[in-house]
Amino acid sequence: MVKIVGAPEGIEGQGFFATSFDKVIGMARANSLWPLPFATSCCGIEFMATMGANYDLARFGSERMSFSPRQSDLLIVAGTISKKLGPVLKQVYDQMAEPKWVLSVGACASSGGIFDTYSVLQGIDHVIPVDVYVPGCPPRPEQIIEGILKIQELARNESLRRRDSPEYRKMLESYNIQ
Amino acid sequence: MSQFSTQIQESLLSQFADSKYELDIYKEHNFTFSVTDIHAAMAYLKSEGFIFLTDLTGSHYPENPGAEFQVVYHIHNLSENVRFRLKVNLSQDNMHIPTVTDLFSSANWMERETFDFFGILFDGHPNLSRILNVDDMDYHPMKKEYALEDETRVDKDDTFFGR
Repeated sequence: MVKIVGAPEGIEGQGFFATSFDKVIGMARANSLWPLPFATSCCGIEFMATMGANYDLARFGSERMSFSPRQSDLLIVAGTISKKLGPVLKQVYDQMAEPKWVLSVGACASSGGIFDTYSVLQGIDHVIPVDVYVPGCPPRPEQIIEGILKIQELARNESLRRRDSPEYRKMLESYNIQ
Repeated sequence: MSQFSTQIQESLLSQFADSKYELDIYKEHNFTFSVTDIHAAMAYLKSEGFIFLTDLTGSHYPENPGAEFQVVYHIHNLSENVRFRLKVNLSQDNMHIPTVTDLFSSANWMERETFDFFGILFDGHPNLSRILNVDDMDYHPMKKEYALEDETRVDKDDTFFGR
């Protein structure tokens, strides 16, 4: 049986259906996230399992991995990011078009993990804003799927004007972006 | 020990008055050279078939005054299967040593790495800049002069980790 997403809340009548752009665009975005995998280590292997047939991320509308930042909506950072890689990650984030989300997979991306050392970035949120953190070292594919579902929830419920709001601008400025 | 390695060992010790030889407990051949001799010694070994520079690295012995730093070369003769380890002691007041990039191209990145982590200056290197660490780092992190737990670090936040 093919399972498709139901219509959002709205007013229905004979021959018409009315709803708000917020809901219908949010629904479309949430169910067709194009992820950009930024995988550097073992969390990347778990992410590959997530993409594979057993766990099958494609069920959630994310089967299209985009290796070009300009065409992706969701940056999935899976693995240790060294301080030298920090500017590269930031550049990738800069190149993505709005709206964009970031999923930090695993202890290293979220906090530096076991690499409590001079050469490793102690969490990617030092360089780019993060929407959802997935704990684990490495997290199981189920946890990564849970993280993507949380991102979907954010995308579905996001107001269309959020990215123009002064709070959002201020947040980007605090990361020295744009 | 093969006849070949004995012959090379004797030749090295007679050519370079400052050199020392030691066979360690793992039956590895260790030589110590002075800074002035190392390049000539490497050139001689290369001419004797030691064409493979396995590794080049540094180490820090802060407890040895006058010889705080050491540069270590691992060199391999593939046809005779003989491996030599060459060491050069350096004082922290004079961290200069001649490069061997003119003999072994593979020394290029390994010398950069040794510079990056220990601050050893390889004279004559074509591009002695940092290779692994961020370019704007202003110290050499493998020197044993930094506390393991740096209390002044501002980049880590332990609030949620209970460390």
